[in-house]
Amino acid sequence: MRRIISFILLIIIFVGIYLALTHIPYAKDKMKVSKHYINNGIKENGAANIVTAVVLNYRGFDTLGEVTVLFIGAVGLGMILFGSRTNSKDRTPASLILTTGCRLLFPFILLLGIYIFIHGHLTPGGGFQGGAIIASGFLLNYLGCLKRPVKENGINAIESLAGTIFVMIGLIGLLYGGYFLLNFLPKGVLNTLVSGGILPLLYIAIGFKVGAELAGIIYKLME
Amino acid sequence: MNFLYQNIYYIGAFGLIFIGLYIVAAKKNLIKIIIGLGFISTGINLFLIIIGYIKKGTATIFSKPNLNPAQMVDPVPQALVLTAIVIDVAVLALALGLVIGLYKHYKTLNIRKIRGLKW
Repeated sequence: MRRIISFILLIIIFVGIYLALTHIPYAKDKMKVSKHYINNGIKENGAANIVTAVVLNYRGFDTLGEVTVLFIGAVGLGMILFGSRTNSKDRTPASLILTTGCRLLFPFILLLGIYIFIHGHLTPGGGFQGGAIIASGFLLNYLGCLKRPVKENGINAIESLAGTIFVMIGLIGLLYGGYFLLNFLPKGVLNTLVSGGILPLLYIAIGFKVGAELAGIIYKLME
Repeated sequence: MNFLYQNIYYIGAFGLIFIGLYIVAAKKNLIKIIIGLGFISTGINLFLIIIGYIKKGTATIFSKPNLNPAQMVDPVPQALVLTAIVIDVAVLALALGLVIGLYKHYKTLNIRKIRGLKW
């Protein structure tokens, strides 16, 4: 019964979406806003990756809200799972191969994550992706090594500090030229590491914040 | 065949969305329902990326000097999808936390056996 009702519902939604989709052209030209971003993005921001310029400068306030949503998700998870810690002493330790491999790989995963968020304005990737890679390193550390080298207070401190740095950079722009997240630093030479004004700094802050938040979420879910 | 060739990306994106909707509507296990939510959000992200695509388009990165800006794909949907993926992670983590709480309270994941969730 339940499946039949679900199928009927899906068919109704399918018909509606199909009727709408026949009016959407596929692979046609861009909107005016996107053309402006592509044609003037380098001049205004100095970053080779236009997506980074859109995320961090044209829609930087949006990104601040997004980071806040992630923060609220992590805090809500902590509230839901509060007080339900199980005793994790009775787990069997992993074998020597697993612990050694995990200890060997962990710094390299951190290095890859840091590389990705430092080069966010030059290559595909950025703060969120690099943060996710760092969190995957912490997941490996949790699954393989069975020790908890990371303290929860440290995670919270990094998270808060990175968020504060993001807001502070935005406020300096406000003081300097009149609006929040103004790109006040010199733009530099295109396609070099030190270019794009404040964009690399913002992505470093976001990378630390997202990495700390996702690692915190992983630890909270695993406990 | 021509229809399939022209609309294969839309079919893929909405196929993911419909699979997710079916899982959410018909399955009984709470973990499977959350996986269905993940399917829906992945399909929507794919759909947004597809809308910004251009025939033979390149990524919007000026890594070489001789790239044609008119052939670049739309950067705005990509930036929005970046936002959406991060929010998906937060939502799914919160939902999994709620499921852990429900399991501790009811000792089951079957939503038919949880009182107050029947339909």
